Amino acid sequence: MELTSRTPSGPLAEKWDNHRFANKLVNPANRRKYKIIVVGTGLAGASASATLAEQGYQVHTFCIQDSPRRAHSIAAQGGINAAKNYQNDGDSIHRLFYDTIKGGDFRAREANVYRLAQVSNNIIDQCVAQGVPFAREYGGTLANRSFGGAQVSRTFYARGQTGQQLLLGAYSALSRQIHKGGVKMYPRREMMDLVIVDGRARGIVTRNLINGTLENHTADAVILATGGYGNAYFLSTNAMASNVTASWRAYKQGAGFANPCFVQIHPTCIPVHGDYQSKLTLMSESLRNDGRVWVPLAAGDKRAPSTIPEAERDYFLEKKYPSFGNLVPRDVASRNAKEQCDQGKGVGSTGLAVYLDFGDAIKRDSQETILKKYGNLFQMYEKITAGNPLNEPMMIYPAVHYTMGGLWVDYDLMTTIPGLFALGECNFSDHGANRLGASALMQGLADGYFVISTSIAHYMGTTKLDAVSITDPHFLSIQKNVGDRLHRLLRNSNGSPTGKVTVDEIHKELGKLLWNNCGMARNRQGLEEALEKIPGIRETFWDKVYIPGTGSELNQSLERAGRVADFLEFGEIMVRDALTREESCGCHLREESQTEENEAKRDDANFSHVSVWEYKGDEETPVLHKEPLTFEFVTPSQRSYK
Amino acid sequence: MSTIDLTLQIWRQKNSDSLGNLQTYTLTGISTDMSFLEMLDVLNEKLTKEGKDPVAFDHDCREGICGMCGSVINGIAHGPEKETTLCQLHMRNFKTGDILVVEPFRSRAFPIRKDLIVDRSAFDRIIQSGGYVSVNTGGTPDGNAIPIPAETAELAMDAAACIGCGACVAACPNGAAMLFTSAKISQLCLLPQGKVERKARALAMVKIMDEEGFGNCSNERECEAVCPKGISIRNIARMNREFIAAALFEG
Repeated sequence: MELTSRTPSGPLAEKWDNHRFANKLVNPANRRKYKIIVVGTGLAGASASATLAEQGYQVHTFCIQDSPRRAHSIAAQGGINAAKNYQNDGDSIHRLFYDTIKGGDFRAREANVYRLAQVSNNIIDQCVAQGVPFAREYGGTLANRSFGGAQVSRTFYARGQTGQQLLLGAYSALSRQIHKGGVKMYPRREMMDLVIVDGRARGIVTRNLINGTLENHTADAVILATGGYGNAYFLSTNAMASNVTASWRAYKQGAGFANPCFVQIHPTCIPVHGDYQSKLTLMSESLRNDGRVWVPLAAGDKRAPSTIPEAERDYFLEKKYPSFGNLVPRDVASRNAKEQCDQGKGVGSTGLAVYLDFGDAIKRDSQETILKKYGNLFQMYEKITAGNPLNEPMMIYPAVHYTMGGLWVDYDLMTTIPGLFALGECNFSDHGANRLGASALMQGLADGYFVISTSIAHYMGTTKLDAVSITDPHFLSIQKNVGDRLHRLLRNSNGSPTGKVTVDEIHKELGKLLWNNCGMARNRQGLEEALEKIPGIRETFWDKVYIPGTGSELNQSLERAGRVADFLEFGEIMVRDALTREESCGCHLREESQTEENEAKRDDANFSHVSVWEYKGDEETPVLHKEPLTFEFVTPSQRSYK
Repeated sequence: MSTIDLTLQIWRQKNSDSLGNLQTYTLTGISTDMSFLEMLDVLNEKLTKEGKDPVAFDHDCREGICGMCGSVINGIAHGPEKETTLCQLHMRNFKTGDILVVEPFRSRAFPIRKDLIVDRSAFDRIIQSGGYVSVNTGGTPDGNAIPIPAETAELAMDAAACIGCGACVAACPNGAAMLFTSAKISQLCLLPQGKVERKARALAMVKIMDEEGFGNCSNERECEAVCPKGISIRNIARMNREFIAAALFEG
């Protein structure tokens, strides 16, 4: 597997311009000859579909939900970063670049991150022009806030629904193109596999989720914008349908998978409360701007929070990190909460929660002010837990939230399979080992609106493609494999379910194992144990899973089974990746690699690289390749939030 | 943790071409901390283990924002709690002995696909007919080039909060999609960016809305009552004004 990043030459600030000039173009009149498939309609997929169609390509777009407006980008609350420096508080493209690469613990490519910071400003202009109702100051200018501990106010927002508004903006641009005929939209389709002809991505096989029909679709290039793999853990803040299948199928067809062990665990989520729980709910981390995180000083103290005197409370983040306090980055906050709970100081019925207390903020700023800032979040919290944060502290616990790892891509966002591109959370490119708050929306839209069209033009301009048809033997054989696999999944469905297992039972078992052994803190022993246990779970799944119904109808159990089958394979490279990265960096804490003060210790001498896994066959161990990371413009420093 | 025992009567229908009916199920020991959809998960797990077909229902984010979920519970779209999607409705709203009738969002324009799943693609087609500002990617002016009063931005945001779930249609005795359509028309006609195309937009979106088989508004206010995002029927008044103004000029 060759990992050529195609990083352009020249000074950092000129690389993107140089690259755009060096890339080939396609004449506007010729673009209609090319057909592009886009899978997924989140921020990256919807914006890419709209933009490519505007430029004249024939775009065919697929989504799993009933409408492209429902993709999980919609759930992002906090905001989107941009280096506009509207607040005149010292922000710049270079600072956003530096914060992002440092926040990622120096495990991302400099050139990619710089480009992200550069186009961030265009994103805001684009979204405003579409009619996205960003928050405004009374004078009519755009409002900003500081987010996730950033020292500047660079986050643009639309109440607590920024993701929704940006997605609906991209969806409206996509809808306009559907109306004009530039995009043909296929909702309720699941991509089942990728089709490669003569070494290039030439199409996909989908399943129509309404009637179960398998369909072949040809194209000149395929773009995956299928999100992250957080649902491998069963419980996460992802939507129920979020899955790794599209990326995993691409991996099994030869695409390198980069840094699968980089999983962001978000500190402010509503704690788990029962076995029946289907997902975790994130509370915006803006809450940490005013809430104080604490646990009782004594382990096992089960008194009601209001009866615990000040002197018997441990404000552990403020104590340990005096300069950042409650605003330390996500990974640090999560890890410390876990540490307290591990010491028996966790609160609530499960002992797996810490307090987030607004008492002092209410005293200082008045109830009214606090409600104005967080009213909708308090309401959401009360709806789920029946507790009112005005009267008692919130309880929070970390939860799996975002995956920095993903398909390896070059500077053009092309995977190791020519003609296959990966955008947004689906790729690994910009966030290194930890993503900063309000940067996911930025990256999804940067890739879709401003990067991919250059890459597609260059690929089309430099590649000669023969016509393919849906009856090409490559398509027929992949479709047959997909059908066989569905058939295998359903083979236990004849007869009684007695002695069999359900899809959810297996998914929960896998999730629990990954959470315990490959979650917030990892060590060799735990990872090796997970690696040993996963094949057993997988075997039980294939031998005993019971799926009601058939493949030729709307069958939600079968849909989930296919996704879980892929998580059961994927989990293994996630663990393997965590095992081989014998350093701590960003979200990835290897207990063997810590400083004397129990902080994460990076090992640049041995691990300043992207780990890229290559599939070698179901029975073979995947092969690890390394893309070295070199830093020409910044000096990697040890992060310190003390 | 308290638990309750329930009787459910759920609409079962194999596909669009078959007839459906209500079937009765009993569930015991349901934690009151569960969401409504988690309760359905428990039922489905039970049905699966009994070798029966689980209940098909749409859902995705389970945070009340994607708009994918929704059923009619005892005659009320999204159930008894105000401004709440079905996924955010918790079982503490119910008590032991309750009988819950669970039906899909019914409307001529929303054909049933299976059990509680309906086809809401008519909403997408309404947006496709004009629910946007016609700008291409690139070449847009600086975000601060057009000042927008904070109150206007807030009003536009109130309308833009619509999640496209379809509860408004299910609740309306006329099966009207006016709350949905007017929310988008309002958002865009309030903002300067959307004013350029306001007439053509109002005409096009109302036309498609009618063609898709949705009914008209007779001021029942049922839509507003069930809207999980609290979208106001003032938006319908605004849409009517936009439509009339456009029809007079373009007529």
